[in-house]
Amino acid sequence: MSDHSTNHSDDHEHGLSHVMPLSILFGTFLALLFFTGLTVFLADQHLGEIDIWIALTIATVKAGLVATYFMHLRYDKPINVLLFLFSLGFVALFFGITLLDSEQYQPQIQEYYESTTTVTVTEAPAPAEPAAE
Amino acid sequence: MSAAVETKDQAHHEDGDHHGHSPFQAHHFETMQQQFDAGKLGIWLFLFTEILMFSGLFCAYLIYRYNHPEVFLYAHKQLDTTMGAINTVVLIVSSLSMAWAVRAAQLSQKKLLVFMLSVTLALAGVFLVIKYFEYTHKFDIGLFTGRSNVMYQLQHPDESDHNRELYDSAIAAEHEEEAEHKEEEAHAVAEAEQEDEHPDEHSDSHASSHGDSHGHGHGGPEQFLDAPRNTQIFFGIYYMMTGLHGFHIVFGMVAIGWLLYRSIRGDFSSEYFGPVDYVGLYWHLVDLIWIYLFPLLYLIRS
Repeated sequence: MSDHSTNHSDDHEHGLSHVMPLSILFGTFLALLFFTGLTVFLADQHLGEIDIWIALTIATVKAGLVATYFMHLRYDKPINVLLFLFSLGFVALFFGITLLDSEQYQPQIQEYYESTTTVTVTEAPAPAEPAAE
Repeated sequence: MSAAVETKDQAHHEDGDHHGHSPFQAHHFETMQQQFDAGKLGIWLFLFTEILMFSGLFCAYLIYRYNHPEVFLYAHKQLDTTMGAINTVVLIVSSLSMAWAVRAAQLSQKKLLVFMLSVTLALAGVFLVIKYFEYTHKFDIGLFTGRSNVMYQLQHPDESDHNRELYDSAIAAEHEEEAEHKEEEAHAVAEAEQEDEHPDEHSDSHASSHGDSHGHGHGGPEQFLDAPRNTQIFFGIYYMMTGLHGFHIVFGMVAIGWLLYRSIRGDFSSEYFGPVDYVGLYWHLVDLIWIYLFPLLYLIRS
């Protein structure tokens, strides 16, 4: 298009940062569309309790594609990737430690609820085990 | 000035005739490269605080779903998967156009940059419009947060006269519906021998009249009589998560609008495109969060 395009595209050494080739952008885009379709399709397949893990795995693959290519992390400075992973690590710590404590007060909560509600509601048929998460 | 150009920092940047002369280089940076990298680190640090902020809401979701899966199983039916899927695609397309805009800025393709930013801005608007329809539909049938939620009110008739009235009319409507249903069934069975399709049609029209009238006791609140306890908390989580995300979309639109103004003015080129890149990263993060929100809120099945 312009006179710049020839010596800048796909070149790591010149320019302020890596220029993403259109083929990778479109490839990422199509993969994201595919995984979106896949997760919607799988949601209605009655896979049982494992479906949340399948959905989250697909979401993580999509998030990885966005971070790696759309957000240029693959070609970015390693320090940014490292910081990104660190923040995810802290999120995991946050979730994990909170989960450890989450059932501590259930009896009190239940008791409070019993004393404040007047209508006994028929519980919907709950799955046998809490569908983790 | 020329001394700054020759610093070691730009080891691989020796063609730097114009470096140090860009009107966009802040005086405290020695090179455009240094300015760009500093900005990039800055936006990444901001994005990490964003991830941590959203993780608070994801944590609330995680704990509540872990302890009360029945609430999520019941309440997700009020969410429209099609609308959610369309919005997912809208955001993915807008992410593509944003990434393309960054590329256009890097290659000094001004017209393409303006076009791609406009597309991104328009798609952000589409996302918000769809979200608006989703929200207003929920408001119409009384699915608010906390004590305003129709499910909570049905479960707490003693809390106010309004709740009592709602509860009584819902119970009455339910009885009426049951009676009607029995009558219909008898009717349908009698007619089934003559024509097969009729019972289907009948139940269809019945279902749609269900959704249309939201008046007290007229096909509205009684559908929530079987809600598990504390289902209103699902809607609290839903509105907070999608609402905070929606706020980020609005802020992203402001930022993209600003980029659009500057790109039309001709600020960006292969020499200087930092702001496009930074807003792009922010926009991708907003997309990334939606990638998790969509399956967690709309695709609950077991």
